[in-house]
Amino acid sequence: MNVTDPHTLTGAYAAHALDPDENAEFERHLAGCPSCAQEVAEFAATLAKLGTAQSEVPPQTLKANVMAALPTIRQEAPHTTPAPGQGPSRPGRRAPRWTKLALAACLALAASAGGIAVQQHHRADQARARAAALQVQQDRVTDLLTAPDARTTTGSTSGGAAGGVGTAVWSHSRGQAAFLASGLPAPAAGTTYQLWFNDSGTMRPAGLLPGGNGARLLSGPLDGAVGIGVTVEPAGGSPHPTSAPVLLLPFT
Amino acid sequence: MNAVVHLSGPARPGPDLKELLTRVALGDQDAFSRLYDAVAGPVLGLVRRVLRDPAQSEEVAQEVLLEVWRTAARYRAERGEVMPWVLTIAHRRAVDRVRSAQAAADRDRRAAGASHTPAFDEVAEQVESRLEREQVRRCMRMLTELQRESLTLAYYRGYTYPQVAEVLGVPLGTIKTRMRDGLIRLRDCLGVGA
Repeated sequence: MNVTDPHTLTGAYAAHALDPDENAEFERHLAGCPSCAQEVAEFAATLAKLGTAQSEVPPQTLKANVMAALPTIRQEAPHTTPAPGQGPSRPGRRAPRWTKLALAACLALAASAGGIAVQQHHRADQARARAAALQVQQDRVTDLLTAPDARTTTGSTSGGAAGGVGTAVWSHSRGQAAFLASGLPAPAAGTTYQLWFNDSGTMRPAGLLPGGNGARLLSGPLDGAVGIGVTVEPAGGSPHPTSAPVLLLPFT
Repeated sequence: MNAVVHLSGPARPGPDLKELLTRVALGDQDAFSRLYDAVAGPVLGLVRRVLRDPAQSEEVAQEVLLEVWRTAARYRAERGEVMPWVLTIAHRRAVDRVRSAQAAADRDRRAAGASHTPAFDEVAEQVESRLEREQVRRCMRMLTELQRESLTLAYYRGYTYPQVAEVLGVPLGTIKTRMRDGLIRLRDCLGVGA
């Protein structure tokens, strides 16, 4: 291809109209051409106007799906040192710190940023081990979230200060449901959270959730269930609920 | 026809997106929720403009928004505003989706290329009373036909510039140049600063 003056490619580059080879070549040029970078940034801002002119109101389900998926996504570290005054700066420790932050963010569903930031090293190491154990469950839940008809609903446990948040994900095409727990108080010794399918008032056992955080696919088929229930049961679980549910999430 | 349309202040006063994105990079889901409210509409709209298919568009929009969450730490404030950064991701993903589906259909497209009708109508049909759309429309009108069609085919259809050249029957070098000078004229007309 006859690329004589790479400067003239700024427009096609900003509009993503270069083929992969030329794109790579232009990016190499861009790295050493501040005026090109400036022009590309201006073109990106210009094209963004063309983009926002197309704005439409997204369906509620899109936000629900996106928000429910956040805890399953590992956030990346920055490529390079952030500019002064932008973002956190932890000289000498940046990369490992971010790795741990990201890992903790992946595991500690919906945990606050402040809470993560003060985690000590040994806690991060524990988190690493637990993350590995949870990975299989999270992969299943993430997979369920990609179902075209996946829907979500979120509820808070009553009980004031000790309240947590639970999110149900379900897909009729997959015939599956999942539960994501965030900040539920750890169950007392000798007890566990148990998940149930609500078959129009009859609770069907659907697996255990030993801690107050985590994501898991419910055992058994969705069938005609109208919701999910969560109770506290003796360790090992029960065939029928023995206490009032701490959380009921209807499939609506 | 040389009148310049200036923005009268920010089109949509809202939260400080740079600050929100900085918090998102630290794993702040509340900040992401607010950022989502500001960018999801443009993201979905742009992706759907390129892909057309509603189900596929929602799927790609979801990927885009999760990429914003995943890569928030890589945003560099000194390189520009948040919305262009987000919409660049959105456009890139939409275009990638078009091109992966397109490879097989290339021969058909070439055959149909000769009967392609000018794409500006596609912009016009979307125009509503909103200020931003009106500005874009007025500024698009100030472009030459070749500038306008080159940009529309590339940005809203996801064509590469060789494809644009082929469809419009114009030499490659000309399309390259028209995209650039068209964008310069649009930039100045829309009052987009550095």
